Amino acid sequence: MAASKGAIWVIAETNADGSLAKSSTEVATLARTLAAVAKSDAAGIVVAADPKAAANELAGYVGRVVAIAEPKADGHAWAQVAAQRAAAILASDSPAAVLTGAGPDGRDVAGTLAALLDRPVLVNATAVAWDGGPSVEMSVFGGKLVTTSTFSDGEWGIVTVRPNVVTAEKGGSAGKVESAKPDGELELPLVPVVDRTEESAAALPIEEARVIVAGGRGVGGEDGFKLVQDIADALGGAVGATRAAVDSGWIPYAQQIGQTGKIVKPQLYLALGISGAIQHKVGMQTAGTIIGINRDPDAPIAEFADLVVVGDLFEVGKALLDALRSRP
Amino acid sequence: MPLRIIVLTKPVPDPAAAAEKLGPDGRLDRAASTAVINGNDEYTLEAALKLVAEHEGEVMLLSMAPPTAVETMRKGLAMGAHKGVLVSDPALAGSDYTSTVAALVAALEGLEYDLVLAGFDTSDGVGGVVGAAIATKLKLPYLSSAASIEPDPGAGKVRVKRISPTGFDVLEAPMPALIVGTQLLGEPRYPSLKGIMAARSKEVVTKSLADLGLDGKTVGGGVARTKVTGKEKPPARGATQVVRGSAEEGAKAIVDLLASRRLI
Repeated sequence: MAASKGAIWVIAETNADGSLAKSSTEVATLARTLAAVAKSDAAGIVVAADPKAAANELAGYVGRVVAIAEPKADGHAWAQVAAQRAAAILASDSPAAVLTGAGPDGRDVAGTLAALLDRPVLVNATAVAWDGGPSVEMSVFGGKLVTTSTFSDGEWGIVTVRPNVVTAEKGGSAGKVESAKPDGELELPLVPVVDRTEESAAALPIEEARVIVAGGRGVGGEDGFKLVQDIADALGGAVGATRAAVDSGWIPYAQQIGQTGKIVKPQLYLALGISGAIQHKVGMQTAGTIIGINRDPDAPIAEFADLVVVGDLFEVGKALLDALRSRP
Repeated sequence: MPLRIIVLTKPVPDPAAAAEKLGPDGRLDRAASTAVINGNDEYTLEAALKLVAEHEGEVMLLSMAPPTAVETMRKGLAMGAHKGVLVSDPALAGSDYTSTVAALVAALEGLEYDLVLAGFDTSDGVGGVVGAAIATKLKLPYLSSAASIEPDPGAGKVRVKRISPTGFDVLEAPMPALIVGTQLLGEPRYPSLKGIMAARSKEVVTKSLADLGLDGKTVGGGVARTKVTGKEKPPARGATQVVRGSAEEGAKAIVDLLASRRLI
């Protein structure tokens, strides 16, 4: 069926092993859901040196996938290469909207694409509906307010979508994958990757954890974080931290949650020695269940947690660990 | 070879004061709340100050904000930035991303620099897309998610350690370049008393749209291509259960809640 206007497009991101990034499975699911309402098509673009695996995966979510094999996507900063190749495809459609993730690469692609195609942007969507165009919910002012925004009449634009706000779900039938050759010169400066280092701690990205056990200043040091880790292990979760704990060097920045760290939405957030100041709260307040263990009963976390246990985090933490381990 | 670094600094409503509100037009009411320098911009400013201490040179703040932002920028000057440029014009009120980028690009076109630094995102906008858009418009090399910045002014190059999902990528580009920094650049300093005194006499030049050669009809709220159509309070969470007592009682309360919600 030919759509009356262009498709709702997704610019996909890939993992280091060439598979499709989890955030892109979510964004692609959203594109398909919106396209059904808009009576339009959902389509995706993969730009990579070897786009095949991710493109096939993406076709599980949207009806049409354009796979662009661009050797320069490897060994160079990816987003600007990808945005330029995607721009050429989008310029020949008349998109209904373009969706990207709101993580570091998604933002870079969105900003570059906006400048290349002179398009407006709506950012950091926590939900997107369709009403003649994307109707985008954003959480603002540290979570105090939810706004809804749209593009002006007759405009199409780019929307960046936060991780974990859509549950990825494949479509009923597999979409079609077309291969496209990179066309023309890349006009933006190429930025080469001259070296790569792997960090052993980069296990499960904290944004993807179902359970997060987090520690703050009250944890007191690296030793204290062993208890946090033990409780996380007992619950099958990941360890998170506040900025104070990261700045103190007790735990890597990759685990920081809050305004200058990651925004997470686990089913369970267990906070040890975390007061719940606004800068941290913005990163975790949409968690399913929030539990705090804190010495101070008047700490801000008592205003938004489901349960606050007042007491010494080490004593309560150890008792909790015992209780969890002794469960049948 | 001295380094000329421009740090994009956005005056934002103080998140700690929690007094932000939207005006009747759906735009941020910038008069309702005390403004501070965006937290993420302080990390890039700190990195810039360290770099000019090492290589010599000059740090300039570039902001786009209402005229009162000069006072907010003083904190950056007190930290050690040498001077500031404030793009301010009544016609810029209600600017969307497109207008913000257009105004900052016009300002940068009239300035000389080796590096432009931007923060990871802003606490009021949380978009993190302006840096990439500016780099694209100016055709500057773009290096983002920087954990460290190492310029080599003699060779005219800069290296950046970019945070990747599995570790770090080291990127290299010729200068001038635009870099988006992260918190890993290091904790920002507090202004010293001497710095605060010195900041009083440092120069902040205010530039209007006319100064930048931009037509007021092409930017700002009047031509914004996005609009706020609704606002509501987020759904309230349920009441908080507070448990005091022994550690074992506390642990039992947690286990009971987890079990009742099938989380264990």
